Amino acid sequence: MPDENGKCAVPCTVNGEAVTLHAYPMARLLDVLREELRLTGTKEGCGEGECGACSVLLDGALVNSCLVPILQAEGAQIKTIEGVASGEQLHAVQQAFIECGGAQCGICTPGMVLAAINLLEKNANPDETAIRNGLAGNLCRCTGYIKIFESVVRACQNTEAKS
Amino acid sequence: MTDRQLVGKPVPRKEGRDKVTGQARYIDDLHFPDMLYGVTVRSNAPRGRIQRIEFENDAIPWSELTVVTARDIPGENSVALILLDQPYLADEFVNHREEAVLLLAHPDRHLVEKARRAVRIEIEPLPAIFSIEDSLNRKEVIWGEDNIFKSFQVEKGNVDEVWEGADFIIEGEYQTGAQEQLYIENNGVIALASPEDGVTVWGSMQCPYYVHKALLKLFPLPEEKIRVIQVETGGGFGGKEEYPSMIAGHAALLAWKSGRPVKLVYDRAEDMAATTKRHPSLTKHRTAVTRDGKLLGIEIDFTVDGGAYATLSSVVLSRGTIHAAGPYNCANVRIKSRAVATNAPPHGAFRGFGAPQSIFALERHLNKVAATVGLTPEEFRRRNFLHEGETTATGQVIHEKVDLNGLMERAFELSDYYQKRESFAEANKFSVKKKGIGFASFMHGAGFTGSGEQYLQSVVGVEATTEGRIRILAASTEIGQGTNTIFGQIAAEALKLDYDLIEVAKPDTGNVPNSGPTVASRTVMIVGKLVESAALGLKQTLVQGGFLTEDYTQENFQTACLAYIEKHGALKSFSQYKQPETIRWDDEKYQGDAYGAYAWAVYVAEVTVDPLTYEAHVDDFVALQEVGRVIHPILAAGQIEGGVAQAIGFTLFENVVWQDGRMANSQMTNYIIPTAADIPPIRVFFEETPYAGGPSGAKGIGELPMDGAAPAILNAIEHATGLSFNHVPLMPEALMLEMEKS
Repeated sequence: MPDENGKCAVPCTVNGEAVTLHAYPMARLLDVLREELRLTGTKEGCGEGECGACSVLLDGALVNSCLVPILQAEGAQIKTIEGVASGEQLHAVQQAFIECGGAQCGICTPGMVLAAINLLEKNANPDETAIRNGLAGNLCRCTGYIKIFESVVRACQNTEAKS
Repeated sequence: MTDRQLVGKPVPRKEGRDKVTGQARYIDDLHFPDMLYGVTVRSNAPRGRIQRIEFENDAIPWSELTVVTARDIPGENSVALILLDQPYLADEFVNHREEAVLLLAHPDRHLVEKARRAVRIEIEPLPAIFSIEDSLNRKEVIWGEDNIFKSFQVEKGNVDEVWEGADFIIEGEYQTGAQEQLYIENNGVIALASPEDGVTVWGSMQCPYYVHKALLKLFPLPEEKIRVIQVETGGGFGGKEEYPSMIAGHAALLAWKSGRPVKLVYDRAEDMAATTKRHPSLTKHRTAVTRDGKLLGIEIDFTVDGGAYATLSSVVLSRGTIHAAGPYNCANVRIKSRAVATNAPPHGAFRGFGAPQSIFALERHLNKVAATVGLTPEEFRRRNFLHEGETTATGQVIHEKVDLNGLMERAFELSDYYQKRESFAEANKFSVKKKGIGFASFMHGAGFTGSGEQYLQSVVGVEATTEGRIRILAASTEIGQGTNTIFGQIAAEALKLDYDLIEVAKPDTGNVPNSGPTVASRTVMIVGKLVESAALGLKQTLVQGGFLTEDYTQENFQTACLAYIEKHGALKSFSQYKQPETIRWDDEKYQGDAYGAYAWAVYVAEVTVDPLTYEAHVDDFVALQEVGRVIHPILAAGQIEGGVAQAIGFTLFENVVWQDGRMANSQMTNYIIPTAADIPPIRVFFEETPYAGGPSGAKGIGELPMDGAAPAILNAIEHATGLSFNHVPLMPEALMLEMEKS
């Protein structure tokens, strides 16, 4: 129920931490993450669900947070780029992006990293077509994607080598 | 001493960790206490006279808003760049649909957006023009006396004498469309401003000192009271070369009037519609050749649409003009060119800067010439390539070792060109989908044109910090291309220190010297060379002062720095660009050494054209280039791959739809750039012939990959379909029209 200001209390879990967000019902998840929680790693590129810069994981699904009204996040598990590394230990995908040149200007990178993680969760050893399709919702204007594909392959190799 | 050789090694990107963890802070990620949000109210007519401005909607608390019009400008109402023709805010007349008229700011960004929509600007329309043809024909004169921002004429030999004796004279006309840079981070700034404290601007930008120069005109303040700081920038590609001067001025005006920090960040639709795009172009070729395929004379007429104000059009035109005759040896060349005014938002810098437009025309035209003579495209080029000792269109003698034929043959081997040229032609007889392979050969000059670098006189500093580290001081920005990393490598290599010991200062005009703008493929070759010499100067200071001997360890070096600082207070070394005596350029005649060095390239594209959907798809792409020494193989390949991807977009995807001088498809939903699913394998290969003028032998590469893909792809489509297309973007609709005819 909205409070006297018209805002709703939205309990959810962000990067493993239980929080209650306060926002207008139609506020975008993107804005609430960035403004209320100051999790500015999630970027706005287009505001219409085309570029994927605002990608986050919502109950394990990759979503454009600019298209998610905050009420849809009620009770959800949300993961943003800030929750990907474990302390100082980078995720295999993050490490691979550094090694392979998957990040240039870096503005699409948070969304792209989450898209890659989501892809690898569904398919631990994607072939090239699967990588291309898995990342097709995330636009990058710097790399021409080639180094991003290489980063995903490297992340698989590094993960295999460890396990 | 351990092997510290760093040039050529893929060291980690300096700011890589911050970028992959989401810790890198871009302008929209910054928040100041008491900050207002600014918006821009724009013209609604392509040309006209402002009659009145009304603030409608009584529900909006207008008295709470900061409102800025042209009358509030404390200094000069023009965006200082080359000419002073573009106002910050239109006062009486508007000249394009996106021209800024009024600025608003309020602490509530939703309210200020609502207010923006409630301002009604009444404009009495004046006739407007929207095409190169109408501008050239002076259907209306909208700028100066003749709509011409700038024109050039390049003359080599005597082209008038070649036509009579020519075996063939071949003419052609070629067009390129506008293209949006589409950096994923929109333009944005935050400004603080007051008469007492001066103006400070943080922003997403390529050229802090351009913004500084512009603000100096806008505010009656001394130089030192204006400070411009670049924050992490989410891509530029030229789109953040000149436009940040506009948006920085707007935010600063709002801050000046309100006394509070103002954030002005565009949304995607505003950024696409209002900011600069690649200049549309029209090129006409007339070529004289002999029966055995030798070029006798080249006549080129090159026109770019500059939009409503002069901005950088003259410089874009210059580069396009100089590259128009390509890497070929021809004794008689005439290139006439001009940038014209239309009532569209000003077109501006975009990777390649005029060269992709004129090279597209040339590399399509030469295939036509080859076919007319009865030669293959490659044989025709082989007979006309420029060699060491020969001269370009501007009469520049090529002193570099250049082997374009060798480059072409290697590109053909890598792409299996000869075999595919035959097998596709054979298979196309029987298959529904048509396959083709084509190429383009070209060059791109690095650094500012002609006397540009001499005029800039860029400066770089290197200082030792009290923590025993080395810091590079330069205004050259990291915008994704790897400035921080490359500078770190160059300084570490010069000083024989660890890469991690080198840091790069944030570009802040209050703290770094003016190393010039981050444009023109100049950051490595020109500014990198200054980093190298400033670093060596720092070492020299230590050696000459008796603090260090030539044979030192890293620990010796650090100790020496600290001892020097202890004694003298600070240790800094600066290096300023000095044009080599060998570079000569005549600005009047447009003759001489246009660029210190060129990168040379042959690109090969393989395509499939689907006659059911009329889609052309690039299946494979080989990009081979000679770029001097490669400083960082991953970053260099990343530049080429990214540039080729943008060029594929320019060729087949990115169609700016104009409606009365306004971009009608200013959304990512209907302005389509290539996705991960669209891009072919882009196979990048380098040849490295060290260039003595660059750091460790490097030349510039940033813009090169934008030049060759469009003609290579259309040459491949011609091979696949037998149809000759002479404009980009080539959309399925255009393919359909021609394929249905044939």
